[in-house]
Amino acid sequence: MTKLTGIAASNGVAIAKAYTLEAPDLSFETIKVDDVDSEVQRLQDALDTSKKELEKIKENARQTLGDEHAEIFSAHLLVLSDPEMITPMTDKIKNESVNAEAALDQVANMFIDMFKGMDNEYMRERAADIQDVTKRVMAHLLKVSFPDPALIDEEVVIIAEDLTPSDTAQLNKQFVKGFTTNIGGRTSHSAIMARSLEIPAVVGTKSVTAEISDGDLVVVDGIDGEVIVNPNEDLLAQYKEKQADFAKQKEIWAQLKDEPTVSKDGSHVELVANIGTPDDVIGVLNNGGEGVGLYRTEFLYMGNSDFPTEDQQFEAYKSVLEQMGDKPVVVRTLDIGGDKELSYLDLPKEMNPFLGFRAVRLCLERDDIFRTQLRALLRASTYGNLKIMFPMIATLNEFRQAKALLLEEKENLKAEGIDVSDDIEIGIMVEIPSTAVIARQFAKEVDFFSIGTNDLIQYTMAADRMNERVSYLYQPYHPAILNLVNNVIEAAHAEGKWAGMCGEMAGDSIAIPILLGLGLDEFSMSATSILPARTQIKGLSKEEMASYKDQLLSMSTADEVEAFIREKTNQ
Amino acid sequence: MAAEKTVTITDSTGVHARPATVLVNKAGSFSSDVTVEYNGKSVNLKSIMGVMSLGIPKDAVIKIIAEGSDEQEAVNAIYEVIKQEGLGE
Repeated sequence: MTKLTGIAASNGVAIAKAYTLEAPDLSFETIKVDDVDSEVQRLQDALDTSKKELEKIKENARQTLGDEHAEIFSAHLLVLSDPEMITPMTDKIKNESVNAEAALDQVANMFIDMFKGMDNEYMRERAADIQDVTKRVMAHLLKVSFPDPALIDEEVVIIAEDLTPSDTAQLNKQFVKGFTTNIGGRTSHSAIMARSLEIPAVVGTKSVTAEISDGDLVVVDGIDGEVIVNPNEDLLAQYKEKQADFAKQKEIWAQLKDEPTVSKDGSHVELVANIGTPDDVIGVLNNGGEGVGLYRTEFLYMGNSDFPTEDQQFEAYKSVLEQMGDKPVVVRTLDIGGDKELSYLDLPKEMNPFLGFRAVRLCLERDDIFRTQLRALLRASTYGNLKIMFPMIATLNEFRQAKALLLEEKENLKAEGIDVSDDIEIGIMVEIPSTAVIARQFAKEVDFFSIGTNDLIQYTMAADRMNERVSYLYQPYHPAILNLVNNVIEAAHAEGKWAGMCGEMAGDSIAIPILLGLGLDEFSMSATSILPARTQIKGLSKEEMASYKDQLLSMSTADEVEAFIREKTNQ
Repeated sequence: MAAEKTVTITDSTGVHARPATVLVNKAGSFSSDVTVEYNGKSVNLKSIMGVMSLGIPKDAVIKIIAEGSDEQEAVNAIYEVIKQEGLGE
């Protein structure tokens, strides 16, 4: 029995067999074969098996991600039956009497090199597609397993170094009960996905892949951030009880699903959810979300071979708006660049991607990309209660330029005879300290603020949130952060505007009482955090929390703040 | 006698993976040999890698050639797909 500790990334307890998601060893030796016909047959069998798998993956992707994402697998399938690729392979086996592995490797590499040598970035990226497909065939020739989350058909917990966006996109909740990784933190992509899928996860354990093998019985305790490998009977019984308790707790929370969020002394705040795709809306509604506070549109652009068209985007936005009815939906325009790369957008590597050419900075320069998104949003605006916000705004001029483009496209659409809502609120993300500091000036021009704490904290503390060695500086309760947040809320209210928050902090049980006291209007969080937060707020007095404001804002350290809140709220 | 058709690519990103997939699938549904010519090079239109290797950009003029029992139908059908996909005219 082994116990590992990591970061609790998504609530709940999962108990299932381990499924390790590691790259297999695909090394082989080139040998001469005697029976070339059966060698050709062996190649054909491996190709056929690979095709069947890809068909299954494609179907899976179509169901979970939609037609557009599934298309990439159509291209992969064509590679496997491409005469220009298969004929040279079989010729090689027949003429040179080499084994299928060598024939596959040599021919595939010839194509990979050819694509890599092209002067177009997009074509160079295609080399990776061929490599992907070739690896699958090679694994079948070598009879080694080629782990693939889309092919899982029994209950498992996934063990991996890290999960990429396309890995998580393929997870089937019916079989994947939880996951645990070596790296990552509460705000890493895999953690956010786990919460939106509502499966327990523990990340940043450093060594799960070394400690766990396929088939081990694993407990993933996403409540306390622990992973237990092959527990003894007593411990297993304890965790089963914990799992049942959590299910019961969820039922209690569920009773608050259709209630508004009102504090003990009668103040209403809005609890809304962060989403990434139209499929996430169901989770928002099931968890009693009063709206969408952050729709991250990047997922439309990521894991794709090309920019999404205006129509594709329109369909996604329309779907979210229609599903949400008259509840507000705040859409964040494209936040790409920095650490979030697109294979089809050729951007130079940067020394400091988080301080670089990303989000609205990129959108204002590449306004062709930006305008497509704005048009899609405007066209969708008549299907619900749409609000639009721009990310990474550092200066008022950026906001004015972005807004001007939006209004220009609105006029263009109207001239084309297309209906556009006249009630779209236009706001900004406050995640750069300069903007938080002069929020008063911004408040005169924007319709609302949404404070993005994940970035605001890293920029204020000058600490990369992906760097584990400086993770101690990621301090949401730091008085500097509280003062900036307070400044933004006061600025909004002075102009009769509203202020929300869409970082992890908004769903944090220590931060919630503070934010309630500071007068935050809207809290946007992972859907699964909404009901626990509603339960907590029902037990808090806003007036009492507001009376601590001056004390909290003049404290010296985050620890002092935390200890104070714990004492006042009995946590 | 072969059937052929000359097309100008109008899609801003040229013939990239998605439309190439559609073209190859369509070509594969005919028994005729189908080739595409661009920039002095000719490749099998039933081969995704062949088509991709041409790296056909916007404004390129390409020629679709089919030879076999259903050559005319093949050329017509492929031309229809090119128009439907907004790839060219």
